[in-house]
Amino acid sequence: MSEAVFEQVREHLGPVAQEAAVAHGVLALTIEPASLLDVVRALKDTFGFDMFTDVTAVDWPEREPRFDVVWHFYSTRHFGRVRVKTRVPLADPTVDSLVPFYGSARFMERECHEMYGIRFRGNDDLRPILLYEGFEGHPLRRDYPKQKEQPLVPYRDVKP
Amino acid sequence: MSSPPLTQLPNPIRPAFEQGTTEGSVIVNIGPSHPATHGTIQIVAELSGERVIRTDVHCGYLHRGFEKECESHTWHNLIPYVDRLNYCSALINDFAYCEAVEKLMGIEITPRAKYLRTLLAEYSRIADHLTCIAAALMELGAMTAFLYLVTIRDYIYEHLADLTGARVTYSYGRIGGLARDLPEGWLKRLGEILDEMDTFTGRVHGLVDRNRIFIDRMRNVGVISTADAVSYGFTGPLLRSTGVPRDLRKDTPYLAYAELDFEVPVGIKGDNYDRYYVRMREIDESAHMIRQLMEMLPDGPVCVDDRRCTFPEKQLVYTEIESLINHFKLVMEGPQVPPGEVYSAHEGANGELGFYLVSVGGGVPWKVHCRSPSFVHMGGVHKMLDGYQLADIVPTFGSINMIGGECDR
Repeated sequence: MSEAVFEQVREHLGPVAQEAAVAHGVLALTIEPASLLDVVRALKDTFGFDMFTDVTAVDWPEREPRFDVVWHFYSTRHFGRVRVKTRVPLADPTVDSLVPFYGSARFMERECHEMYGIRFRGNDDLRPILLYEGFEGHPLRRDYPKQKEQPLVPYRDVKP
Repeated sequence: MSSPPLTQLPNPIRPAFEQGTTEGSVIVNIGPSHPATHGTIQIVAELSGERVIRTDVHCGYLHRGFEKECESHTWHNLIPYVDRLNYCSALINDFAYCEAVEKLMGIEITPRAKYLRTLLAEYSRIADHLTCIAAALMELGAMTAFLYLVTIRDYIYEHLADLTGARVTYSYGRIGGLARDLPEGWLKRLGEILDEMDTFTGRVHGLVDRNRIFIDRMRNVGVISTADAVSYGFTGPLLRSTGVPRDLRKDTPYLAYAELDFEVPVGIKGDNYDRYYVRMREIDESAHMIRQLMEMLPDGPVCVDDRRCTFPEKQLVYTEIESLINHFKLVMEGPQVPPGEVYSAHEGANGELGFYLVSVGGGVPWKVHCRSPSFVHMGGVHKMLDGYQLADIVPTFGSINMIGGECDR
């Protein structure tokens, strides 16, 4: 059933999307950051992708623009899955927030924000969620050293 | 250097509110380490008397950098690590992760592995639901029901230890198959445990289903509507308790689920009682599936014959140079996964467990992202807490079954 929807989505969003291909059962759309809200509105209202399941980013330090921001949507009506991907540069890693469309956006965007430093325009609650208040840097960026420690509670001296 | 006194340490969280909205309301802090919430979570709640006006939920106390760590190990080395996401049903994590990697590599697992994975995933689901219900009931004071359920869970753990060597974190999945085949007599014991479980869950039904105290604490408490549940990304028993039969095993069948006869139990209004009952019914359905799978289980190898991911027989590693090199390459460099990206979702015990993997080729992942149901559920949990009594937080939270390991990663 979802194949027919994929075909319709491709027809409808073809002009906006730079790429639209089905791989491993997921329709993957690559778009410009500016057209995000229009694409998501069409996906949600026209094509029935009523569940926003995931948002994350991928860091490509050698590339410009450096980050991929990746959203996954699911439909509880026709069970199709769609992935929306866009590129944002390090200088201004900003995309629009999906809070107006989906309740789940608020929490998941908080995680993506703290881990990669992606800013979600329109989400007024980007406090840390898995990390703590005052944590410096964005740990899932490739240039954040894995071994770096910044404990909130200082280590205690242990006498040998 | 002496540590500063604890009162001078910075607060790890910034509450969303510090002032009450109504006259006489107080703000209390519940957790992160609280005897009545299983899982380390902090809830800042504004109370008017005993009524919860609003809540601000903070998770992350179990964050250990799962995704960061994944970027510096081989694809194989991650299997013990994904075990520790949802440690109540570790096998489901194993299989979901392995299937995502297999999709990237274009591997189709052997029929025996496919049916065994399905069987073990359902077995794990039973263990997970038993844990959730047992703990939720115990928090309401139902000690007998708790002991009945964890007795069966312990049988399952011991039984899985016979198969995998571990009680909780099994590391039993392999890219391209499974670690080993079933030991002698394993299926016979499986049948015995399922029969015994039917007796014990029957007793729990008798103890609590129509128990006045239980109903008063559970019915019409923590209600969430289908529309809210979908908007907040709820999946699994939480979504089904609102009355919609959405189940990835049925909707987008994977493994052997397309060939199985099973129902998707749903609730009526999405309250605590429905969540309890949906889980109890899912246990029955899982047992029904396992009994079918025991009949269907084909013979044959449990691993694909593919040198890119399957380890050669130990016997050959010690006697033959090609196998020795193969083993060495798989351990030191890891399975060579072609470049690409994949999102693969399984129906975990708590909901949609998705893995988003990005590979640039080679033996180490570029990115591993886990879409964990518990984390997404925490984003909408305030909807089920606000407006109810302070004491209702405990059963509501128990019925959500938040697992710190997968929530905080």
